[in-house]
Amino acid sequence: MSKVHMRVYRGNSEGGQLKDYDVDVEEGMVVLDVIHKIQATQSSDLACRWNCKAGKCGSCSAEVNGKPRLMCMTRMNTFQAGETVTVTPMKTFPLLKDLATDVSWNYEVNKRIPPFTPREGADWHWEQEDADRVQEFRKCIECFLCQNTCHVLRDHDQMGQFAGPRFFVRIASLEMHPLDGLDRTEILKNEHGLGFCNITKCCTEVCPEDIHITDNAIIPLKERVVDKYYDPLRLLWHKVFGK
Amino acid sequence: MSIDVRTKRGLFFTLRKDAWWLEPLFYICLFGGFVVYTTWAALNPYGPHGQHYYEWGPYLSPFFSPFFNPDWLHKLPALLATPAILILWAPGGFRGTCYYYRKAYYRSIFADPPGCAVGESCVKYQGETKFFLFQNLHRYFMYVALLFIAILSWDGIAAMIWPANGIAADNSAMAGPHRFGVGVGTLIMCLNAYLLGGYTLGCHAFRHLVGGGLDFLHVKKNNPIRFALWRVVTKLNERHMEWALVSMIWVGLTDLYIRLCAMGVIHDLRIF
Ligand code: SF4
Ligand code: SF4
Ligand code: FES
Ligand code: FES
Repeated sequence: MSKVHMRVYRGNSEGGQLKDYDVDVEEGMVVLDVIHKIQATQSSDLACRWNCKAGKCGSCSAEVNGKPRLMCMTRMNTFQAGETVTVTPMKTFPLLKDLATDVSWNYEVNKRIPPFTPREGADWHWEQEDADRVQEFRKCIECFLCQNTCHVLRDHDQMGQFAGPRFFVRIASLEMHPLDGLDRTEILKNEHGLGFCNITKCCTEVCPEDIHITDNAIIPLKERVVDKYYDPLRLLWHKVFGK
Repeated sequence: MSIDVRTKRGLFFTLRKDAWWLEPLFYICLFGGFVVYTTWAALNPYGPHGQHYYEWGPYLSPFFSPFFNPDWLHKLPALLATPAILILWAPGGFRGTCYYYRKAYYRSIFADPPGCAVGESCVKYQGETKFFLFQNLHRYFMYVALLFIAILSWDGIAAMIWPANGIAADNSAMAGPHRFGVGVGTLIMCLNAYLLGGYTLGCHAFRHLVGGGLDFLHVKKNNPIRFALWRVVTKLNERHMEWALVSMIWVGLTDLYIRLCAMGVIHDLRIF
């Protein structure tokens, strides 16, 4: 057992600050365990959100030493002995209390994405190779760490015109779905602001499910938008031959 | 009163404790060094006595390949009268609009963002919706870059064809018969073409072109070739950053090697 010094953000929508706690840490503990221990022994009103403690529900997103992470998947033995560990809530979303943020904006964005719409006469028998590509996107646990880290939302507050990486992943899973017949390129460009992404890959860096958000979802979608709107020869072809 | 770290913003503000600044610093040094060297090399194709610094016998610097030297070029202001300006727009445009380089320089040079969860200046942000819309022309540079794989591969092969009469004082190959030979420079040039190939064929726009634009359905039956190509390109694409950096450094070293041979600073080792 060793002692760690924790600095945990305490506050609400009005504001707040870091509060210091010394906690005894046992082998195998993760940051979420330490937060629970503070709740149990020092501050019973410390708020945090969690559910599975297995990196699968996406509830315990926070920032540990400034890095967006799942608290339940951040082991205490990854810190140096004597290091102060700072835990703050996700910066991008409105704060409810302490470490719990209000992520409901994301669900509103989600509603604006046209759902899976099968092609006419789709052949429902398809093979694993066909599915491989979109299966990666299904791993998303909606932790919204990517949304939190994306600078378009975090620093530039473009919530009104930018859907964010999580929803580009969802749109990619639909656009590249072999049986889906809808074309979402237009809303992707005009409503969901794909062009605001400058492919700087922070979403990919923080994704706990290791989804290659930028390389496999965003950039292929950007290429589809280029096909339709920014490729002069294609546009000319389209004008002349109408297809 | 202490600051509220949750709401505080501003350039470089972060609670991160790791050396997040190392990566942008590394890129500033690497890209800065590469641009300075390339510009200097491009603007200095000739030595004080008119010797060619862009070639040495069968070796031709990739900055000057394919080699064109039309008369009108020499009517330009002296600074611009270099055959390299007819060439470098193509690889320069290709790398400059490459998705990987965009990531690297948006982060390191524009600090937008300088690192993940690191604050940036709050000037009006437009991403790639306005000024940077031109990045969408990347695929056109890619078409040209595909040609360059063939050109630089040919240069690698040509670097095995040695003039039997030796190398002239201006560093060009003497006229007359040729014979097969391989020097260290030949290997450097062949490796250059190989690395450029790995970089170009892993391009995101190329990945889209060969098969990524399809929604795979019964790929084995409907599009077996495009699916197979997409898989190969995807493998290269997964290491696109590494290919981009190594091929960039190597192309600079290839020019440097040939230039040093041409200047007489080093002697090319003939293997056979
Ligand atoms: S790659 Fe695009 S979506 Fe992902 S964090 Fe960067 S700007 Fe945001
Ligand atoms: S894409 Fe990754 S980071 Fe984003 S919400 Fe899904 S699991 Fe979380
Ligand atoms: S508690 Fe479910 S992901 Fe952390
Ligand atoms: S994406 Fe890097 S070369 Fe095209």
